[in-house]
Amino acid sequence: MGQITYAAALNRALAEAMREDPKVVVLGEDIGALGGIFTVTQGLLEEFGPARVFETPLSEACYVGCGTGLALCGWRPVVELMFTDFLMVAMDQVCNQAAKLRYMTGGQAKLPMTLRAPIGARNSAAAQHSQSPQAWFAHTPGLRVVMPATPADALGLLASAIECDDPVLVLEHKSHYGDKGPVPEGRHRVPLGKAEVKRSGKDVTIVGCSRMTLLALEAAEQLAAEGIEAEVVDLRSLNPLDREAIVGSVSRTRRAVVVDEGVLDFGITAEIAALVHGELFDELLAPVVRVGAVHAPIPFSPPLERAAVPQVADIVAAVRRCLGKKPADI
Amino acid sequence: MEYLQIYGKMLLIRRFEQRVAELQRAGEVPGFTHLYWGQEAIATGVCHWLTEDDYVVSTHRGHGHCLAKGADAGRMLAEIMGREDGYCRGRGGSMHVADFSCGMLGANGIVGGSLPISTGAALACKLAGDGKITVAFFGDGAVEEGVFHESLNLASLWSLPLLFVCENNQWAISVPVGRRQAGGGAVALAAAHGISACAVDGNDAVAVVEAAGEMVMSARQGKPGLLNCQTIRWGGHHSAQPTRAYRTEEDCTRGEAACPIARLGKRLVADGEATEEQLQAVRAEADRAIDAAQRFAQSSPLPRAETVTDYVYYEGSAE
Repeated sequence: MGQITYAAALNRALAEAMREDPKVVVLGEDIGALGGIFTVTQGLLEEFGPARVFETPLSEACYVGCGTGLALCGWRPVVELMFTDFLMVAMDQVCNQAAKLRYMTGGQAKLPMTLRAPIGARNSAAAQHSQSPQAWFAHTPGLRVVMPATPADALGLLASAIECDDPVLVLEHKSHYGDKGPVPEGRHRVPLGKAEVKRSGKDVTIVGCSRMTLLALEAAEQLAAEGIEAEVVDLRSLNPLDREAIVGSVSRTRRAVVVDEGVLDFGITAEIAALVHGELFDELLAPVVRVGAVHAPIPFSPPLERAAVPQVADIVAAVRRCLGKKPADI
Repeated sequence: MEYLQIYGKMLLIRRFEQRVAELQRAGEVPGFTHLYWGQEAIATGVCHWLTEDDYVVSTHRGHGHCLAKGADAGRMLAEIMGREDGYCRGRGGSMHVADFSCGMLGANGIVGGSLPISTGAALACKLAGDGKITVAFFGDGAVEEGVFHESLNLASLWSLPLLFVCENNQWAISVPVGRRQAGGGAVALAAAHGISACAVDGNDAVAVVEAAGEMVMSARQGKPGLLNCQTIRWGGHHSAQPTRAYRTEEDCTRGEAACPIARLGKRLVADGEATEEQLQAVRAEADRAIDAAQRFAQSSPLPRAETVTDYVYYEGSAE
């Protein structure tokens, strides 16, 4: 297995899909000569030309809708949003149109569109370039949502998303684009809706996705030094959600900590905590502990930015709480 | 002969809408319906030039566009009545009728919402390179939406085979166009984006057919256009809405006085293109077609409650 970056893995998924299927086209801002501000579309314009790579005006609503129209008419568009925050400009086209069209037309519409958008608080990008609003989209019937944490998952999930006949939102973490990791050489697919146990352990399950999976792995490493064996379940997809994997893991460990970079209130962690409590109430040794972003926009100044979203120490503390350890025990 | 067919299609739309209103009063149509009566010349005149392979996107007032594009009245009425044999299996209703088999990509409940989608359908036509086009129908209210401007820009920038058809019926619910729009309206805005545009009397079927013919031909050559059709909304915003609070009796009856169907009928007789008897026969045929559509719709079952989550996703695509 070669080591490539998360951005290169996404780029490979796009290029391979475009070589395999002439109906795959890409649209977005600055995706041509520049190759996207995070370099994910580098080389595509040169290889596939302007009839497959469409640099759009600054019209998020229009080019997302354009992707929808292409998909309805037999194409397989991949639309890049520069930031997930900008997807909000296109909210009607995503949530009112693309997500609902198949249902509203009684199954007539087939909508194989992939939307790619970066999330996450990083580098003081402040409140309109840093959000993690996955809960909004996971709440929307008709829209698949995936959140790769590693280069291999980025490649496999994006490849599966492009092949999926539903609209899929691929939320990529800005912090990950430069991270290197092992990626299989040949054809690689990660099925939508399949979580992965990224570390095994018997004492507690930490459930997360995207960057929070990586922080959970770091937390598990620290906890191991204290003799606590944490299992880390990487959701990878929010819709479809791999309920079986979550319940399966927690039924073994009987304790769960759920972590998400989105705002804690009404978020992903609440959904998973409710699932675990509903399925395993009698077996749980402690209530599920949730970790998420504070109830504030993402701030600019570095110490504030760090304080706004979960850090490794927050996950470690949550695990200790879940294990019934008081701060004095630590 | 051509115009007699157009007369027949307009009449079919009129009778369809009249029947929808009757069935709604009788409690057989759930929800809201935004009726197209009085605007029939526009959908019919534009779709006259389209083939089954061309695409159309529409609005909340979309029954006329569906019928003009070739959708079946029975399956449409079944949809509007929330029945299983409706085009959308009762999931969409009046505001979301679609018939993909004839290129009708859907009515839309969001004003302007279908305009960005039309740019994608038009890009698909361009990429296919086979002369197909897309027509986007929208009302004067959509001109105020940001996506209208964005879609004009994209169509012009990428030379999309896309014809924008504005149905200016003067009203957005209770506010007339003059109290909502500054500037020169849809034609001036199209020109500002480098798109050729013309205005036409939307109640004159012959004028619409002639203007649309030229613009459809240009669109097939990759030249987007905008046709601004002046018309009059006959009733309330939706069929059950009273208009007295904001609209004079005189303004309401103005539409019926300008009825595009009566106008075309008179012209056909005066020009010797049809006899009164022929028009009568066309009217009788439309009545029969709508009766048959009603029988079909009423005999269709209601969807079963346990199917409520069917069609959210493409079956098996992510399992």
